[in-house]
Amino acid sequence: MSAREEALEQHVPGTTKLFVWVWVALLIMTGLETLLAYEDMALLIMLTLLMGLSVIKTGYILSYFMHLRFERMGLFLMIVPSAVFLVCMILLFLYPDSIRLMHMQAR
Amino acid sequence: MNHTEAQPIAEITWTGGPSPLAVNKKKLGMWLFLLSDTVTFSSLLIGYSYVRIASPDWPRPFEFYPAIVKATLMTVILLTSSLTMVLGVHAAHKNERGRAVKYILLTMLGGVLFDIIHISEWINLMINEHVTPFHNPWGSPLLGGAFFGLTGLHMLHVTIGVIYLGVIAWGFGSKRFAAEDVEVSGLYWHFVDLVWMFIFPLIYLINVAPK
Repeated sequence: MSAREEALEQHVPGTTKLFVWVWVALLIMTGLETLLAYEDMALLIMLTLLMGLSVIKTGYILSYFMHLRFERMGLFLMIVPSAVFLVCMILLFLYPDSIRLMHMQAR
Repeated sequence: MNHTEAQPIAEITWTGGPSPLAVNKKKLGMWLFLLSDTVTFSSLLIGYSYVRIASPDWPRPFEFYPAIVKATLMTVILLTSSLTMVLGVHAAHKNERGRAVKYILLTMLGGVLFDIIHISEWINLMINEHVTPFHNPWGSPLLGGAFFGLTGLHMLHVTIGVIYLGVIAWGFGSKRFAAEDVEVSGLYWHFVDLVWMFIFPLIYLINVAPK
């Protein structure tokens, strides 16, 4: 085994306690989402809250379970902004028409 | 050039200075694949959101039981399988092969349970509620296409993940694969979990049946 491979093997980011806490936080947020679905509120507010919680959950999964928090900034900058940019581009393509349709439905 | 003296490709080392990302090529390849898969699922989810807004008669068929209870349980199972996976990666990096394989097998069990519950949900919708990809008794026929298309692609990812983890568990247990292979398979599994974090609210919670 080369020195580089040995260094990789010894690289053990995070602790069991940390991962269990992240898991608990994710479960709590899932419970909150399910409860929210039964609250009487406008669809837009509910959608914003649900997507907000999902983005936070994604952040936890990416950071701790997928170890992105322990990687070099270069890898993070290569993956996350690219994904956000691509999703925004898809959203931008449908956004004007979606808003128009939403207002048409409201009337 | 004398080919017999040529260096094997696997032994060619990076000579451009310090590695900018400090990850091995398998991990980098998996991250790039996941980036492309992000586009696939985002396109489907955004396309689904568009047809949902565009359809005034979009049905909201999901009752608390069985649909929401099952979907919440499936979310809990996937999150738990992600925990066992990350613990498996942790054990693999510490070179505790037996423990790592046990955690990977537990993760696979989570995946199989997820598939079983999901298939029972599909059967319930198809047989009891008469929902097909092109028809449903309540309103816009696009509901079936969106539901089966999105959850079907996700279920396919889970099933492929279970097979992939099976190969990794066998290879790591028999010392054919290294810890980095377990870590790369973990990235795939966590991504499948991550995608579900968007499918669950957008497909199920937004379409909860009115009281």
